[in-house]
Amino acid sequence: MRAPLTALLLLAAAAPGAAQSLRPAAPYALVAADGRRAIQAAVAGGQDLVRLDEIAAGLQLTVQEDRASKALTVSRGLNVVVLSLDQPLASTGGRVMSLPVAPIRDGQRWWVPPDIVGRAFGAVAGVRVEVRKASRVILVGDVRVPRLAIRQEQAGSASRLSIDISPRAAYSIAQEPRRLLVRFDADGLDAGPIQAGGGLVDGVAIVEPSTVAIALAGGYGSYRSATLPLDAASSRLVIDVLPAGVAGAAAPPAPAPARPDARPQTANPFEPAPAGPPPALPPPPGIRTIALDPGHGGDEHGAVGQGGLREKDVVLDVARRLKGQIEGRLGIRVLLTRDDDRLVPHDERASIANNNKADLFVSLHANSSPIRSARGAQVYSLSPDGLSAEARRQADSPDARPVPVLGGGSRDIDLILWDMAQVRHMAESSALAVLIEEELRRRVEMNAHPVQQAPFRVLVAANMPAVLVEMAFLSNPEDERLLATDEFKMKIVQALYDAIVRYRARAEAQGALRRP
Amino acid sequence: MASRARFIALTLIAAAAVGTGTWATLRTLARQRPAPPTRADSRAAGPMDPGAAPAAPAARRIKATLYYVSADGLGLEAAERDVPFADGASEQGKRIVEALLEPAPDGRVSAIPPGTTLRALYLGGRGDAYADFSDGLRAHHPGGSQHELLTVYAIVDTLTANLPAITSVQILVDGREVDSLAGHVDLRRPLPNTRLRAEKGTP
Repeated sequence: MRAPLTALLLLAAAAPGAAQSLRPAAPYALVAADGRRAIQAAVAGGQDLVRLDEIAAGLQLTVQEDRASKALTVSRGLNVVVLSLDQPLASTGGRVMSLPVAPIRDGQRWWVPPDIVGRAFGAVAGVRVEVRKASRVILVGDVRVPRLAIRQEQAGSASRLSIDISPRAAYSIAQEPRRLLVRFDADGLDAGPIQAGGGLVDGVAIVEPSTVAIALAGGYGSYRSATLPLDAASSRLVIDVLPAGVAGAAAPPAPAPARPDARPQTANPFEPAPAGPPPALPPPPGIRTIALDPGHGGDEHGAVGQGGLREKDVVLDVARRLKGQIEGRLGIRVLLTRDDDRLVPHDERASIANNNKADLFVSLHANSSPIRSARGAQVYSLSPDGLSAEARRQADSPDARPVPVLGGGSRDIDLILWDMAQVRHMAESSALAVLIEEELRRRVEMNAHPVQQAPFRVLVAANMPAVLVEMAFLSNPEDERLLATDEFKMKIVQALYDAIVRYRARAEAQGALRRP
Repeated sequence: MASRARFIALTLIAAAAVGTGTWATLRTLARQRPAPPTRADSRAAGPMDPGAAPAAPAARRIKATLYYVSADGLGLEAAERDVPFADGASEQGKRIVEALLEPAPDGRVSAIPPGTTLRALYLGGRGDAYADFSDGLRAHHPGGSQHELLTVYAIVDTLTANLPAITSVQILVDGREVDSLAGHVDLRRPLPNTRLRAEKGTP
């Protein structure tokens, strides 16, 4: 009994365009410059399929069936792709590609996996085609369809919506009686699952083609918005929906020091003019200059991984990226203690920061241990071990409380022995180290001892809050692999960037500023 | 049965007394001055006898606590090893550091580059010691702040743990002060011992 059944199943599987059961599925959207059209979709054998004739119409392709050679040809002009009818294979331009499933016939219609659309049909049509299976979108040509990740959290009586936008797109916010409309300058929106609703928000929906509609609940009073850059290509729009009786421009309902992302980023060119009540004027920036210190250089390679990756190269790369992010988005001047492959003496590194009145000093390193299993990021501030006896005495004395010194040019520079410069910043350095650790932990693997103090030479003479960041262990093969990737380096950059934003907000909240 | 057990116990006590007496006599002879048996405490032997004659029996050894890299690579843990006895804290310290520079015993990992030698060990007046190493300590260091911390504190902790006369250690290379070994740890002054020792050190 079993053998014939197996044979039957095998036959069925091998049959061309087999009558596999097609189950209808949510349509795909084909988005082109001239508009948006729905493409019927179905599922067979767990694989998505789309209607070939609808795709062909959208891309202006010609479809022909050649029963003799058991093939479908899809063409425009001399460009042809040939799909086998009984094999999950296609060929174009002399290249054979495998597909998750062979084309399936349903009456007079053919269904094909969307994969082939992105991988071959675009080339045949002479246009860029991107298939996003997760969000069931097919993008044709240079259309702008940013991905959105929308979620909501409650901040006291206010509701906060965060919309991550990738790639960035300009938007405007309009208020209607019962809703807020966020209109994006885009051809469409690619929104994943929306986690919103509750509090002052009844719900969030996408209104075609490119608007996010936020339905407002009773009790709504006003809103305010801000944009925060996330990385090179994406940004986050934060909308605080405030209850009646709370002025939008007044103090934020969320704990301000810990929520810098609600702060208007005036330096951000992507911030459109606010459509709602004007947000509060941003407080004067607490940090004007940051010194980034890529460790080692020249003949001093630092740690070297088994694969040959050198610490001095990785840290310079990350420092340059971070400089670009900070300068481009925060309007803060960034100094690199070295911007090429040369060894800069420790005291010169500190003097670059001190003489330029930097407000923060961040030294960038990659680690190494005699034990290969050791891995993960660490953040160090100076330990009193690294100080002279006199400096140590000062650090231990009750008079060594942190002096408010943020504020760049206006800081009183006392005559300070270099060996003691870091003493009065040690508490702030530790606070900065903790913020960096928190931001790193959200993105990368941390070491078992994530925040440490050590007598590090380069920190001693820094006359400002100063930390040393060990991004990962080059002695660990997995960490070395990660350190070579753009993705990992951008995670480090983003973590440091966010920590600096938080530190700035914290300093401002403490009023630890001395201005001329 | 009881009387037999008592006999054995008495025999052991007598043997122990004879042994201790003989040992104390030999020691007294070797030092040519009286010394109470308690001074045999190996860890205190060197530094506590500053005026002792330099000649000690060549075969005489003491137990010293040496620091090696812990299994997780993030700290130090102790291991006991026999090292030659020497009179005076600086001579004894030298023997102990030389033992630390030898290849690590089985199952241990040294934080110090192989081939490193100790050129000299000096004692300052306030518990500070100056350990002068061959250039290999710096030239052959594989780098990384974690590794450098382990190297520095394996030396600092080994000296301070064994010799109460030493409370901090400055590392020199080729007779000179150095900024650091691998670009991180400030070596311009003596460093006190550290927290790098794992709490669960396995002596």
